[in-house]
Order: sequence, then C-alpha cells, then structure tokens
Amino acid sequence: MQFLDQPIDFEPLADHAALTFVARVNAQQLMAFCGAAHTAERRLVALWGSDERDRDSQNGYALHIAFDMAEGLACLTLPLATENPQFPDLALPFPAANRMQRAVHDLIGAAPENGDRRPWLRHANWPAEFYPLRRDTPDARFAAVNEEYAFVRVEGDGVHEVPVGPIHAGIIEPGHFRFSVMGENVLRLEQRLGWKHKGIERRFVNMGLGEGAKLAGRVSGDSTVAYAWAYSQAAEAISGAMPPPRALWLRALLLERERVANHLGDLGYLGNDVALSFGLMQFMRLKEDWIRLNARLFGHRLLMDCIIPGGVAVDLDAVGAQAIVDQCQALGDEVTDLKQIYDEHAGLQDRFLTTGRILPSLAKLLGVIGLAGRASAQRWDLRCNHPHEPYDRLEPKMAIERNGDVAARALVRFAEIRESLHLIRKIVSEMPPGSIGNLARSTADKRGFGWIEGWRGDVLVALETGADGKIRRCHCHDPSWQNWPALEHAVIDNIVPDFPLINKSFNLSYAGPDL
Amino acid sequence: MIPILRQILRTGIVSEPAPAIDEALRTTTQRLSAAVLAQLGRALVIRHIDAGSCNGCELEIHALNNPYYNLEGIGIKFAASPRHADLLLVTGPVAKNMEVAVRRAYDATPEPKLVVAVGDCGCTGGIFGESYASCGRVANIIPVDVSVPGCPPTPLQLIQGILTAIAPGKAATERRDSSGGS
Ligand code: SF4
Repeated sequence: MQFLDQPIDFEPLADHAALTFVARVNAQQLMAFCGAAHTAERRLVALWGSDERDRDSQNGYALHIAFDMAEGLACLTLPLATENPQFPDLALPFPAANRMQRAVHDLIGAAPENGDRRPWLRHANWPAEFYPLRRDTPDARFAAVNEEYAFVRVEGDGVHEVPVGPIHAGIIEPGHFRFSVMGENVLRLEQRLGWKHKGIERRFVNMGLGEGAKLAGRVSGDSTVAYAWAYSQAAEAISGAMPPPRALWLRALLLERERVANHLGDLGYLGNDVALSFGLMQFMRLKEDWIRLNARLFGHRLLMDCIIPGGVAVDLDAVGAQAIVDQCQALGDEVTDLKQIYDEHAGLQDRFLTTGRILPSLAKLLGVIGLAGRASAQRWDLRCNHPHEPYDRLEPKMAIERNGDVAARALVRFAEIRESLHLIRKIVSEMPPGSIGNLARSTADKRGFGWIEGWRGDVLVALETGADGKIRRCHCHDPSWQNWPALEHAVIDNIVPDFPLINKSFNLSYAGPDL
Repeated sequence: MIPILRQILRTGIVSEPAPAIDEALRTTTQRLSAAVLAQLGRALVIRHIDAGSCNGCELEIHALNNPYYNLEGIGIKFAASPRHADLLLVTGPVAKNMEVAVRRAYDATPEPKLVVAVGDCGCTGGIFGESYASCGRVANIIPVDVSVPGCPPTPLQLIQGILTAIAPGKAATERRDSSGGS
C-alpha cells in the first residue's frame, strides 16, 4: 500500500476499527512524505518517541509520526541512532509538531536537528540527562526547583508583562500564561505548560492490558470515555479479540453522552464569562440531570471504567433505554429554549462575536482540529471522515462554522448537542442484542492503535506489548496538543478581560498533553 | 428579559439539603478553636488548587456551584486567591512540577487555615503513585486536615468533607480511645 505517490510500502494492520497502516522510513523518505502530506492537506495526528535499544543496538531509538490519510491512519517509524539520536525538524510543514518534539526530547533524549530544544514537560525538577522513557533510567526522586523560563520579550514603550499561573484564579487546571500587553490590548501570549506532568507514560510500562485501561481513562478525566475507547481499540488489535457489536453501540452511546455533558458545561461557563450567570445555572442544572442518569444507569457520573478491553462493563436494559429517550426529549427542549435566549441576548452576542478569532486560513496553517477546528471550517471529525461501527450506520452530520470566533465555537457546541441527542436516540432504538464483551488476552510483541473522536477532538492511543505480553510502550495523544498554539493566536489584539472567555471557548486540556 | 424570567420561574428552586458530616474523613484532630469554627461555619472561603489531577475531580468541584448543591447557599464560596481563603481544596497527586507552587499557595494562605485533600489521588497518590514526576498524596507536601476519597468523589462527598473540616470534631482523647478499640 502506498500513499500520495510516495515510494513507501505501508503494511496494513489487522483487527483495527479504523484502517491502519505502518511503515519504516529513513529521514529522506519521511521528509518527502511530510511534504507530500502537507501539499495534499492531510494532517499530523501525533508524534512520539520510543527506546528500542534492547532490540537494535545500532538504531536504538525511534520516532513515530501518525498522519490522518483519506484511507485511514498511517504511522511512519523513523529509526534513530543509539549515539546522539536526532531527527529532522517537522515543525516547518506542521507547526503543531514543535511542542511534541520538545516533549520527545524531554522523555527519550532524541532531538530535532537544528530545531527547538527548549524543554517542555521538564521544568528543571529533574536533571536534563534524566530521560524517563529510556528503559535503563532508574526510578529516582529529585528536589523541586523553581524554573527560570526564557519567555520571549516584547520591547517597546508602554509594553508590560502580565504573568498568570500556574495556579489560576478559578477552578481550573494549572498552566502559565505570559501576556505582553499595551494598555488593554494583548500583543502576545506565550504559554508554558507541562505543570501536570506526572509520568503517566512511564507508569504504563509493565502494566497488564486491563490495568492500562484504567490509567488511560484517567489521562484526562473529562474525556475518559474517548481515552478508554481508543485504548481498548488498541488493546483489542493486540489481542485479536474484537468486541461484540452491542458493545460497540454501547460505547458510542457513552461517547455521545460524554460529548453532551461537556458541551453543556462549556455553554454554561461561556454565559458566565460574559456575566450571564443565569446561563451557567441553567446549563449546570441540565448537566447535573444528565450525569445523574449516568450514575444511575452506568454506575459512574463521568462514565469512568465503563469501557474495558474486549467490550463494555455495563449493559442497558429496556427501562434504562426508555429513561435515556425521555431525557433526550426533555434536554432537547430545554436547550432549544436556552439557545434562543443566548441568540437574542444582545450583551452576550456583543461579547461573543468577532472575539478570539481564528480564521479558516490560519486554522489550516496551524493544523487546528476537533471542535475548535470545526468552528474555523476545518472539516475534521473521525465520526464522519473514518466512520467505524456504529458510526458507519449512524451517519452523523458534521457541525461546521466559518467565523472562528467565540460565537462560532458556541454554535458548534449547540449543533453538536442536537446531533448527539439525535444519535443517542438512534443508538438506543437500533442497538443490536447480544453479549457485551469478549475476553481480550494480551499477545507478545505486538502493536495496536486506537483512534476516537472525543468531544474536544481526536484522541490517539498507540500501544505496544513486550515479550511478556505486558505494556512496553503506551502513548496517549490529546487533541489539545494541536489546539493550544491556536489560543496564542486567538487572543492577539483582543483585550485582556476577554481572555477567560476566549480560553473557555476552546476549553483545552492541561492534563491530557502534560501526561 | 421575559424569556429569562419565565425560564427561572419554570425551573423553580432545585437546591437539595447538605449532607451530614463524617468524622471518619478527618486525618488529624480539629486544630481550630470553637470560636473560629463558629465564624467559618457561616462564611467559609475556599481556594481550589489543582496540584496535578486528571481534571475529573475538578468537574465534581464545579458541580458544587450548580443549583442542586448550591454551596453558596450554605455560606461557602470559592475565592480567586489563597490570600482570601480559609480552606484549601487540593486535588490530584502533587505533580513534581507543581510542588513549589503548592507550597507557595499554602504559605500565602493566612492562619488559621484548613486543607482538604480531594480524591483517591489527593488521599494516596492514586493510580499515579509516586515517581520522578509525582510527589504522591497531598499530605506529602502540605499538612492535610481532611481527606475525601473517591475517583472522583461525588459532590455530596465533597460537601461532607468540607463540612467535616469546619466541624468541631471529637476531643483528641476520645478519638484515640475509639480508634484504639477497633
Ligand atoms: S481521584 Fe480520580 S478523578 Fe480525581 S484526579 Fe485522581 S484519577 Fe482523576
């Protein structure tokens, strides 16, 4: 199998929900492929590294780059020298690669030639030569240090800096934002993230497949369903045990319920950020109703641990199905009313419209994906682009807006709630009967990929087992990697007081990319 | 304006009663005097600190402000700065990268102060444990008064933990007796 007329032979992998292809390449082939992919307007999904010295003493490290191709997922692997491992800088065609490459350097010690080598996940709290994902790196503890980070300075008369974080003023995850401001206008924003890095990828090593599912479901708690499903797809590809159809339909039900829950919360907070606390209270009430039914039917308000390798842990009976249908009806009506109130509220619209804009051209250049991408006319949604069961039969409609402002991101949320409610009703009425799980036993030395459209965007899990069938490497990719840099652009020329609103309209994950 | 008022009327008041306190959540004896607690009980100010959670615990803390739990209705509100806080509500295992910030926030909080560790991660380090990048439970970094387990704890469990932190508590001797007997 070849893509884009590039002389690279890809091998299709069996037992994957989305068509998945892998190939080993040299640096030249990789660069040629990246160029061709960029021209063809395909996108970089994820980039990560691994330590392979136990398998190959010459080329002891590897860089993996996954692309979204029209045919499916294509993962290229570039072997890297054991001594001084380096790879070509991919940030030029794909700017989103920059931070991922810096993370590869922090974790594995392989760096882009001539590229940005500033640390990203490492904040001076462990030594530069301590590479946590090298197999021979011992467990160690170090004293905490307060890092001096070289933020880019904006010079000029009247320019001042506003540092914010890592602990933010609300109930939010930690990160640092450095604003360069003139009067009220933001000239520049620079993000410093990585505060929540807690060594998840090292934690995965030597876990069993089942245990790994729990950890994957806790990479980003608001997307636990998306992560657990992506992880389970990867684990199932490794075990060869595909889940029964009913389990797939139940997974889609859980995923759409997660999407609705998060969108409800965001729409509430967007109202709150423009001083319409009425909106917050109404949407938070609806969200609470929604997740209380999760607890009643599936045993967990956020749906953690409901998806497991091989299937799902919970089934739905007729009474539960009816409760879901009734709830969809009630919620749909309430959201319609609230949308009308938002639409007609002059103060709210004044703050939403043209605020925090990412034009479609810029979104394309930066590679913005997921919900934020769709609000800037980027047509990426795995449920539509690469539908697997049951989405191939549900045929979801993609929500697209063109304005790329706060208002557009709110409208995408409204449209997606409506579509998800429609999908949920369809799932409940058309779900096939049967068992809800197969036993997923591990297989030694095998790779598997999982790829799921969560509410923020697509989550990728790349999993590999070792000779003992335990996890050798598990990389979880959050869509926020791609979208954080877009926020830096979105705030330029906006006023500082609009930052919380713009930030909320993206609502990106800190825990997900910090890992 | 009319649709907003109509919606408010239609919704009515949905707030539910607060749960009872649970002494089992306490990790140290009550350090604050009855006089101080009497003040706090009517106007407690919380500063939330995410020290490295998965963000699941935050979702449930957000829920505390929804109309069902209506935390402000029982005199408890969230502040933007630790300098205005009586109680720190800390989630997650403490990420190594957050250690300095957590210590500083604790130091910035005026005495008398209380700390509630939230979630399995805050109580024990949870699934993330201790490593080069994780300091484990909150009590490894700052003193903790009450621990609320759960992954994540429900809003009711969170309110219970917060109310326990500001309850008078049993006398130290009595506690020792009962725990020694079990
Ligand atoms: S206790 Fe659970 S929900 Fe809370 S931070 Fe830890 S893993 Fe996430």
